Amino acid sequence: MSALVIENLVRTYDGGLTAVDNVSLTVAAGETYALVGESGCGKSTLARCAVRLDTPTGGRIVVNGRDVTRLSRRALRPLRGGFQLVFQDPMSSLEPRLSAHDAVGEALRIHGRYRPEAVDALLTEVGLDPSLGARLPHQLSGGQRQRIGIARALALEPQLLVLDEPVASLDVSVQAQVVNLLRELQDRRGLAYLFIAHDLAVVASLAHRVGVMYLGRIVEEGPAAQVLTDPQHPYTRALVDAIPVESPALRRERTVLKGEPPSPVERPGGCVFHPRCPIARPSCAQEVPALEERVPGLRVACPYS
Amino acid sequence: MKRIGVWGAAIGLLLIVAAVLLAGPISGHDPLAQNLSDRLLPPGTDGHLLGTDDKGRDVLARALYGGRISLLVGFVAATAAAVAGIALGLLAGYYGGWWDRIISGMADIWIAFPFLVLAVATLAVVGGTVPVLVVLLTFGAWVTPTRVTRGLARRLRGADHVQAAIGLGASDGRIIRRHVLPAVLPANLIVWTLTVGTLILIEGGLSFLGLGVRPPTPSWGNMLSDGRGYLELAWWATAAPGAALTLTVLLTNLLGDALRDSLDIKLRDR
Amino acid sequence: MLNLESVVVTTRSGVRLVDGVDLTVGAGEIVGLVGESGSGKTVTTTAVFGLAGPGVAVTGGRAVFDGNDLAGADLRRLRGAQVGFVFQDPSTALHPLLRIGDQIAEAGQVHGRHVDVAAALAEVGVPDPARRVRQYPHELSGGLRQRVAIAIALANRPKLVVADEPTTALDVTVQMQVLRLLARMRDEQGTATLLITHDLGLVAEVADRVAVMYAGRVVETGTVAQIFAAARHPYTRALLASRPRLAAGRSALPVIGGAPPVPAARPAGCAFHPRCALATDLCATVAPEPADGVACHFAGGPS
Repeated sequence: MSALVIENLVRTYDGGLTAVDNVSLTVAAGETYALVGESGCGKSTLARCAVRLDTPTGGRIVVNGRDVTRLSRRALRPLRGGFQLVFQDPMSSLEPRLSAHDAVGEALRIHGRYRPEAVDALLTEVGLDPSLGARLPHQLSGGQRQRIGIARALALEPQLLVLDEPVASLDVSVQAQVVNLLRELQDRRGLAYLFIAHDLAVVASLAHRVGVMYLGRIVEEGPAAQVLTDPQHPYTRALVDAIPVESPALRRERTVLKGEPPSPVERPGGCVFHPRCPIARPSCAQEVPALEERVPGLRVACPYS
Repeated sequence: MKRIGVWGAAIGLLLIVAAVLLAGPISGHDPLAQNLSDRLLPPGTDGHLLGTDDKGRDVLARALYGGRISLLVGFVAATAAAVAGIALGLLAGYYGGWWDRIISGMADIWIAFPFLVLAVATLAVVGGTVPVLVVLLTFGAWVTPTRVTRGLARRLRGADHVQAAIGLGASDGRIIRRHVLPAVLPANLIVWTLTVGTLILIEGGLSFLGLGVRPPTPSWGNMLSDGRGYLELAWWATAAPGAALTLTVLLTNLLGDALRDSLDIKLRDR
Repeated sequence: MLNLESVVVTTRSGVRLVDGVDLTVGAGEIVGLVGESGSGKTVTTTAVFGLAGPGVAVTGGRAVFDGNDLAGADLRRLRGAQVGFVFQDPSTALHPLLRIGDQIAEAGQVHGRHVDVAAALAEVGVPDPARRVRQYPHELSGGLRQRVAIAIALANRPKLVVADEPTTALDVTVQMQVLRLLARMRDEQGTATLLITHDLGLVAEVADRVAVMYAGRVVETGTVAQIFAAARHPYTRALLASRPRLAAGRSALPVIGGAPPVPAARPAGCAFHPRCALATDLCATVAPEPADGVACHFAGGPS
């Protein structure tokens, strides 16, 4: 049974904004599916829909085998432990007045399962000394706060974690520590991750599969090694090329896109990428390219690449 | 600096409250006891620390006892307004939708009414007893705490840590109790201290106009009104209630300001 | 163009945020100043140009800009005219209520210069400049706003541009465009640029030379080629190694154990010694002086 199945997800807002436009993806149990894209692509909206902190306008969300798309908050309550969201900014996702211990403990208290030893065990598992439990969020470093957020998400023994840019606001050296922690947790607990990010390099060390989003649609999806080293879709290629190289010796010819990602309120017709696409043809403005499976496991939405 | 402000103002107010409660022992006189042979005595004469008024009543006693009414009305009404405001603000801000429309609509309409005119009219008809004053002033003061709370609750509703609690399966009751309510209390504390001062002033004004507490029961407002008639003869009969009123309202404002400053710093630290 | 010698910056309470920094930015070159939080990379230049917060001041060393000692200089006249600044967050760098064109023009007016606003926008690659001139910041995307911020910094043709994390808040594809712009300014105008960042990759893209800072000191300097091919300081090496690589696949990221020290709690001796695999007692007691571009007792030793 897959940890997460998203089918034809649509999320629109009054006023014509389409954040997610018919997205389908599957996260297998125990694997990391990394969803990458730049600002405005809808990945955060999708993340919130996946854990039902937002309600989709259309489509289905099946978590751990249960269809949770239209469930009420009351019906969701007993299921919530099974899937949790780790937020990007650990400062804002922790209640400023709650100590670290209480922040993690609250997860257990809500479901009547609180035991102080359980909280200590969770803190230790994420690499924190339980004695830090007495501290308030503003007395902890960014990395420590994010570990608290992860511990809190693990408290109810989920099978799926959705992580929305979990290391983006951390120092570079701390990012590596937290990413390593996430990988260890995944291996140890068999967790499935839907990992939302814009930083491809971070994704590389964690992901089994990668999906690339642009303006609400998935444009490419496949095994991580494949997508990151041999991208098929012109946008993916530009994303990979845009990573500043660590060594001047590796400088190469690269696609540098013109312009900016347009706002989701003004989505271009046809292929949403066509205005910035280096290989766009006139027909791209009219036809919406379907996500086609080129080889098993690899889908690309561009007939000309 | 700001810490001194908070504590200084708070202690000052506590002293005033204590003085007012200990009015009897401090002044040693009955505020209603008229003694026409001892009229208009200057301060310091004959055991009258602040002199006597035109009916021979001890000014200090009247000022202190009079403070009881003003403070009582001010504190109680401000507190009632805060409680009502927090409750309504939470409903409007956290739940939004129809709650928000109704409550915010009521607030907007209420603000548009000339409150003092209504107050005057009501008091003229019903009479200025303490319960009536408290109810009236509560009605006059509920909108600000409601709006303040609504704004904060609305923002918190979308905040990540509240979303996280929802994601863990927390009920609305729990979220409001543990995440929203504690967050709106500091701002409401500030509003409360400023409201107390404002309501004390309004009560003073209403009593001054003869609409509030009726003589012979002393209140700062009606003492000011009385004293007007013989200001050149016995200025102390007006100065005492005037100074007391001014000092009290000044202290509540200072307390509110100092609280806002000190809470701001804490917020900035986070 | 900019020459810092043993610059020390302290806070009002005596904490040394910058502890003896030597740094040079020559005309027509881009120097990357690399460091993490608490390294002092930002405050080094803000203090020297009088932009640091209250109580933070240069208390030691010498800062020379374009041949003039900054200590007695009229910094206000220099800022915006001889030195341009670009900061991290484009949405707070611009005044929300003024049109773009007016803000660029103001940068010139303050120093008694007239600026061709449309040309300034075109120069930084803003498409359709005539229309953009009349727009407000909220009508522009993050990338465009940052370009406007750069245009403002360049309005008076400064000799030096200090760009502090100019691309951190931008999308990856836009980041590349902004970096190219900085390189073009160097090539076409001979603008000297100090690029402050935590990202070694950025530096590799556009910089000519690199200075690596840790805990308020410069630990290594060199050309980009030198640093990337043969870094000598253990911290630089660790930084280079810990950058995740695309091709590495699912594997453990090399980590520098521990965390950068807070300025108030800088370790004695070499500030990096608690986290350094090569540390000895010497490192814990004696702070290494920079020699031949590296400040380490074992420069170039085994990695």
